[in-house]
Amino acid sequence: MKTIHRIMALCLAAGLPMAALAEDPIDPKSYEVSYDEDGRYFTEDDVPTFKIADDGTVDWLTFSGFRRYHAECHVCHGPDGEGSTYAPAIKNSSVDLGYDEFVNVVVNGRNNGNSVMPGFGENRNVMCYLDDIYVYLKARGTDNLARGRPAKKEAKSDVIREDEDACMG
Amino acid sequence: MKKLKLFTSGIALCAATMAYANDDLIAQMEDPSQWAIQTGDYKNQRYSQLEQINAENVGDLQVAWTFSTGVLRGHEGSPLVIGDTMYVHTPFPNIVYALDLANEGKIIWKYEPKQDPDVIPVMCCDTVNRGVAYANGKIFLHQADTKVVALNAETGAVEWEAQNGDPAIGETNTATVLPIKDKVIVGISGGEFGVRGSVTAYNMETGEQEWRAYSMGPDSDILADPENTTHLGTPVGADSGTNTWEGDQWMIGGGTTWGWYSADMDENLFYYGTGNPSTWNPAQRPGDNRWSMTVMARDIDTGMAKWFYQMTPHDEWDYDGINEMILTEQEIDGEERKLLTHFDRNGLAYTMDRVSGELLVAEKYDPVVNWTTGVDMDPNSDTYGRPAVVAQYSTKQNGEDVNTTGICPAALGTKDQQPAAYSPKTEVFYVPTNHVCMDYEPFRVSYTAGQPYVGATLSMYPAPESHGGMGNFIAWDNINGEIKWSIPEKFSVWSGALATAGDIVFYGTLEGHLKAVHAETGEELYRFKTPSGIIGNVMTYESAGKQYIGILSGVGGWAGIGLAAGLTNPNDGLGAVGGYAALSDYTALGGQLTVFALPD
Ligand code: HEC
Repeated sequence: MKTIHRIMALCLAAGLPMAALAEDPIDPKSYEVSYDEDGRYFTEDDVPTFKIADDGTVDWLTFSGFRRYHAECHVCHGPDGEGSTYAPAIKNSSVDLGYDEFVNVVVNGRNNGNSVMPGFGENRNVMCYLDDIYVYLKARGTDNLARGRPAKKEAKSDVIREDEDACMG
Repeated sequence: MKKLKLFTSGIALCAATMAYANDDLIAQMEDPSQWAIQTGDYKNQRYSQLEQINAENVGDLQVAWTFSTGVLRGHEGSPLVIGDTMYVHTPFPNIVYALDLANEGKIIWKYEPKQDPDVIPVMCCDTVNRGVAYANGKIFLHQADTKVVALNAETGAVEWEAQNGDPAIGETNTATVLPIKDKVIVGISGGEFGVRGSVTAYNMETGEQEWRAYSMGPDSDILADPENTTHLGTPVGADSGTNTWEGDQWMIGGGTTWGWYSADMDENLFYYGTGNPSTWNPAQRPGDNRWSMTVMARDIDTGMAKWFYQMTPHDEWDYDGINEMILTEQEIDGEERKLLTHFDRNGLAYTMDRVSGELLVAEKYDPVVNWTTGVDMDPNSDTYGRPAVVAQYSTKQNGEDVNTTGICPAALGTKDQQPAAYSPKTEVFYVPTNHVCMDYEPFRVSYTAGQPYVGATLSMYPAPESHGGMGNFIAWDNINGEIKWSIPEKFSVWSGALATAGDIVFYGTLEGHLKAVHAETGEELYRFKTPSGIIGNVMTYESAGKQYIGILSGVGGWAGIGLAAGLTNPNDGLGAVGGYAALSDYTALGGQLTVFALPD
């Protein structure tokens, strides 16, 4: 898995179309909602995940993740997590890396010669919305969310609002 | 700050009695067989007198030789040619090669600076560099990490180094420098990191700092004189760089200076534009945010501002005002005047009197521009010189956390840094443009030094109800403010144009084509597909009696990031998604110089 992922990142960075590479099918258990807490959704492994209703309404975190992604990440990773000439398509990374490694890369960054992912550990505009960005990208990477701005969203829960205020300071 | 003032006026005195150190550069620029400065000349016309390659024979053009730079990133700018030597630069790590044109392009020397890779992630949108400059036997390189280096043009040996900024707080560089008189004038990038923009002059021989002019801040920082510095003919008054900001927000105010600079030696002035105010969320910085988004005319010796013109007060769309100022002498209303023409990101093309700073023409150079109904041209009006903002497209009036849709142009502007060309023969400007619109949603962000400070989410898409492409290459009449002709392009045109006395105009496309079109009609006369997308600028030179055309390929920059995967229009509804061309279907990363000539 690691090597496949590595190759994918390289191909994307080189701007090659992805279709040529076979991908492992994604296990729905890795993103299916098992339970929710105050407007946040989790898998049975307690990993944050997205929830998209039949009419296309997305949970608040997915919507918020769309916004934060396009403010903080899209200048390198391209629109909708699709990748660019500069950095890989991270809609796939959210699926391939797993939650812990995803968080690790975003917090600490990664340095690969002249290809550098910055560490965002001290940036509240990212850190306070890490789960939001993660679930948004996961919805994209598992093909559950189309490109572009989600049209309908759940309201922001009071707990999410309080947590956000506390985090942003 | 007091000290600096005394110091700079001392310099002014010395300069008056000293022979200009760069007569050499002026002679090189006047010789059409050379390409001695990135911008073609101090006027930024990007026009060449060479006419061996012309409208009659350009269809026969062939590749003469090629050179791989060894770096796979966005290649902006162009090589220089001085005598028999060509100087080629690369994106980060900013390698410089000197190639021997008399010896099949053999590498005479190579310079590779050591830079901390930590600078890479603080460079918003790719690690581009817009090229080296030459003067007085030296090559000037302004590295990504803001170190300015003077190299011996013959050997590549370092003659001096100066550190202009601090990458740890997001200060970086992508621009070339302006060598003029006894100085090297440099800018700075980092508007998306809350950097306060400035221009700085270094002594050409020693690298010592001579003056620095910030875009905002106290008068002593912005080098403005309350009585003698004017805005549209009126003195700016005291504290003009702080009194349109709340509190000390000007300290992280943006207004960076990463464009191309031009100069008028007779007026002793140089010209440039300042960028967007930080953040992209207008609600977080009430006021006009002077002097972001401003055309600046400053004294070369002292940096003192002669006049300002703020194009987009209180920016609400990231219409970064850094694009080049092209200087011409033309007749307007029956009078011969010294003009300055500027194609702004905001979609308006301005024609100004470059001596007085008077605004003469301000018109849209893409008909889809919709955020403004136009600029108030009445000198007696309270809103003289201000663009009238359309409420529907005002991200300020619509407020934080509201998604304002259908704004044209998008943040990358109707034109970004890719420089236009001007032909004195046709009196027409040839302008590479973007044809892209956006949705823009500002929201609250917090500032951390050295971290991005953006504060808005945006989605971009090709201009609706148009030809479906994302660019145009246009011919512009700056006196009447009119498009003469327009060539639709599939992608944004992100390559600097070149006009020549051979009645042809060259530009590159993101798919990788070098194109030649007729200067009068826009008719396509030649195209060749180079190995990678073109975001570099076309240049020309002559060697052993033969004219050559040179262009760097290497897709990247903002264009490569935004367009690689294709754009989608969220307002088209589901199903239309993915309907627009993706750059990755046409080209891949590269880094190559391709040089063209006519067959023997
Ligand atoms: C300054 C440019 C830049 C920005 C901004 C940026 N990244 Fe990256 N990122 C990169 C590059 C380049 C890489 C590839 C690094 C490598 O080659 O290992 C990368 C890699 C990653 C990876 C690992 C990809 C993988 O599959 O191994 C993740 C996850 C990631 N970025 C997430 C993010 C998120 C989330 C954000 C926004 C908060 C973000 N990045 C913002 C440049 C950037």
